[in-house]
Amino acid sequence: MSPHLILRVVSKLLIPIIVVFGFYVQFHGDFGPGGGFQAGVIVAVGVILYALIFGMEEARRAVPPAAVRYLMAAGVLLFAGVGVATLLMNGAGEPVNFLDYDALHPDQSHHTGQHYGILLIELGVLFTVSSVMLAIFYAFAGRIPDLPDEDW
Amino acid sequence: MDILAHLLPAGIAAHAPVLLVVIPLILAPIAALMPSGRIAWAISLLAAFLVAILALVLLGEVSQAGSVSYHLGGWAPPLGIEYRVDALNVPILLLVGFVGLLCTIYALPSVADEIEPGKQPMFYSAFLVCFTGLLGVTITGDAFNVFVFLEVSSLSTYALVAMGGGKDRRALTASYNYLILGTIGATFFVIGVGFLYMATGTLNMVDIARVLAEDGHSRVTEAAFAFIVVGLGLKAAMFPLHVWLPNAYAFAPNFVTAFLASTATKVAFYVLIRFLFSIFHPEVTFVAASFTWIFAVLGTVGMIVASAQAIFQTDPRRVLAYSSVAQVGYMMLGLGMGTKAGLSAGMLHLMNHAMMKGALFMALGAFALKFGVRSIASLNGLGRTMPVSASAFTISGLSLVGVPLTVGFTSKWYLILAALDRDWWWAVAALIASSLLALVYVGRMLMAIWMEEPPSHQGKAIAASTAPWAVVVPMSILALANVYFFFNADPLVHLANAAAEAVMGGR
Amino acid sequence: MLDILLERFNYIPIIILMMTGLYVVFATGNLVKRLVGLSLFQTSVFLLYITLAKVFGGQPPIIADAHGDDHGAAAAGHGAAEAVLYSNPLPHVLILTAIVVGVATLAVGLALVVRIREAYGSIEDEALNAADYSRDTGAAG
Repeated sequence: MSPHLILRVVSKLLIPIIVVFGFYVQFHGDFGPGGGFQAGVIVAVGVILYALIFGMEEARRAVPPAAVRYLMAAGVLLFAGVGVATLLMNGAGEPVNFLDYDALHPDQSHHTGQHYGILLIELGVLFTVSSVMLAIFYAFAGRIPDLPDEDW
Repeated sequence: MDILAHLLPAGIAAHAPVLLVVIPLILAPIAALMPSGRIAWAISLLAAFLVAILALVLLGEVSQAGSVSYHLGGWAPPLGIEYRVDALNVPILLLVGFVGLLCTIYALPSVADEIEPGKQPMFYSAFLVCFTGLLGVTITGDAFNVFVFLEVSSLSTYALVAMGGGKDRRALTASYNYLILGTIGATFFVIGVGFLYMATGTLNMVDIARVLAEDGHSRVTEAAFAFIVVGLGLKAAMFPLHVWLPNAYAFAPNFVTAFLASTATKVAFYVLIRFLFSIFHPEVTFVAASFTWIFAVLGTVGMIVASAQAIFQTDPRRVLAYSSVAQVGYMMLGLGMGTKAGLSAGMLHLMNHAMMKGALFMALGAFALKFGVRSIASLNGLGRTMPVSASAFTISGLSLVGVPLTVGFTSKWYLILAALDRDWWWAVAALIASSLLALVYVGRMLMAIWMEEPPSHQGKAIAASTAPWAVVVPMSILALANVYFFFNADPLVHLANAAAEAVMGGR
Repeated sequence: MLDILLERFNYIPIIILMMTGLYVVFATGNLVKRLVGLSLFQTSVFLLYITLAKVFGGQPPIIADAHGDDHGAAAAGHGAAEAVLYSNPLPHVLILTAIVVGVATLAVGLALVVRIREAYGSIEDEALNAADYSRDTGAAG
C-alpha cells in the first residue's frame, strides 16, 4: 500500500509549511510583495500535492468538490460585497463610490479603512483563486484516463 | 428624457454606472449555486431587468448632462479607473440591456430543451458573466480595463458556444477555433494598448486622446493603431478576420447564438469606433488613410463576398452567420466614410441589425424547438405549421434585405445618403448589389417556409402550433420593433446622430 | 545598426518569442501544441509590459518608512520619498491581471481539447476535419 514511502513522509511534512507560507504571502500582502493571487495558488498547490501523493479519493475527502464550488462563489461575493458595503455606508458622511475603502472605518487620518478594505478584497481573491485552481485540477484529474497507469 | 433620469432614487442613480456591471457580476456566482435551472433563470432575468432599467436611467442622465463619469474607489482619473458614459456608448448599453432582457426571457424554453438539467445553473452563470463583460467593455473609460472585460466576456462565450457540443460535436471545434482566434485578437489589442501606454504614459482613454492631441503621433502610436485595429477586427468579425464566426454561430445553442449575434460583435465594433474616433483622431493622416483604404474597401468587399458565401450555405444558421459578416461590412463602410453622416448611419445599422438578427435567430430557435433545423429544406412549409414564428422570421428577414416599411430600409437609406454625400458612387452600387444578394439568400429561406409542402407525419400534415409564450413574446417584440422603428425612426436616428456628434464634434 | 539593436536589446527576445508563438499556432495541427504556441505568444506580451516598467536606477516602488512607529517620521518619510527614483509599478499590476486571463484561457482551451478528444478520438486538426466531412456533406464551407 505504500510504494512511495519517502514521498509520503516528505509531503506530509511539507504540506503544512506550504499552506502556512501561502497564508504568510496572503497577510503580508499589503506591506510587501504578495497578495491573494499568489497566496491562492500556493494554498491550492498544497492540496494538489496531497492529491498527487495520496490519490484523488483522499484529496476529495479532505477538500470536497462541493466545498470548492461554494468557496469559488463566496470569494467573488466577498469581493463584490465589499464594494456594495462601501456604497451602503455613504449615509455616514459624504457619498462615496464603489470600492472606496475609506468608508469602511471612521479613522481617516491613518487610512484604516484602506487596510480593512484591501484585506477583505485579498481574502476574496484568495478564496476564488485557490478554489478555481482546485476546480480546474479536479476537473482534469477526475477524468478517467484512456490508458491505465500500468500501460505507460 | 427627464423622466428617465428620475426613474430611480438619486442615491441609487448616482451609482448607476457601477451597478450596471456589478449586479450581473454578483448574481452570476449566486446563479451557479442554485439547485435548478429555473431558479437560475429567474436570477438571470432579474439581472437583465435591472440592467435594462439602469441603462434607461443612464440615457436620461446623459441626455441631460452630456456625459457621466464614475470614479471607482473614489480615485480620480487619469490615475483611477473611470466608468464613462456618453452619447456614443449609451445606445450600446441600451442595446445590450434590452436585447439581453429579451434573450433571457427566450432562454427559458430554449435552454431547458438543449442543455442537460444539471448544467443549467452553470450555463446561466456563464451567461451572466458574459453579460457583465459586455457591459463592462462598453462602459469603461480605461483602455486596459477594456481588455480585461473583453476577455471576461470572451472566455464565458467560448464555454457557452461549447455547450452546443451535447447536440453536435462540431460545437467543440468551433469553440476551440473561436478561442484561438479570439485570444490572438485580444493579445493584439493588448500589445496595441501597451504601445499607446509607452507613447503617452496613461491608460485613461480621455487622457490618451489629450496627450496624443498635444504631442502628435509617432511610429509607436502608428504601430499601436495597427495592432488595435487588427485585434478588435478579429473580435468584431470584420471581413477577412471573420473565419471563426460562421461555425461558432451555427453550432452554439440557439439562445447563445441569438444573444451573441445581436450583442457581442456590436460591442467589439463600438470599442473600435471609440478608439478610431475619440482616441485616434480621424483627421490624422494615417487614420484617415486607413478609413478610405482599409475600412471602406474591406467593408465593401466584405458585404459582397460574405453575402455571396451566404447564398451557398445549406444550414440556415450558417446563412445568417455569413450575413452577419456582411452586415459588419455595412458598418465598416459607414465608419470608413469618416464623416458624421457615415458614422451615424453605421451606428444606426448597428442597432437595427441587432433587432433583425435577434428576431431571426430566435425564430430559427423556435423552429428548432419543434423540428430539427439542419438545412433549408427542413424549413419547408413551416409557414403553415408555425405561423407566428414564420411571420416573425419573414418580417425580420425582409428587414435584413432592406425592404421598405422595415428598419433595414432606414439604415441602408442613410448609408446611401452618406455615401452620396462623399460622391462614393461605387459604394452605393455595392450597397445595392449586396442587398440583391441578401434578397437571394433570404428569399430562398422564405420560399421554403411559405411555398413548400408542410412537414407531415405518416401522410398527415402536422397540426399548426405556436412556440411557448417565452419564445413568442420576445421574438414578436423584436420583429415588430423592425416595423415600428421604420415609422418612428426619430428616436434611433437621434441616438445615432448624438453618438456621431459626441465623437466627431461639430465636424 | 548594432547600436540600435543593443539599445533595444530587451525587445529582441520578445519579438523572437512572439513570432515563435504565432508560428506554432498557425503551423501545427495538434490542438494542444497550438495552445502551447498561444501561451508563448501571450507570455511575450507579458515580457513587453514588464520591460516597459523598468526605470534605470529605479527603486522598487515601496515607501519604506511610511509604516514606522512614529507618525511624525512617517510624514517625513513621505517627503523624502519624492526624491527617490522608482520603477513603474503599474505594468506589473496590469500583467498580473493578464496572466490570470492567460491561465483562464489555457484552462478553457485544454478543457475543450479534452472534450474534443472524447468526442472525436483525436486531437489532430486533419483527423477532425476528415471526421466531420465524411460524416455528412452538410458541413461543407
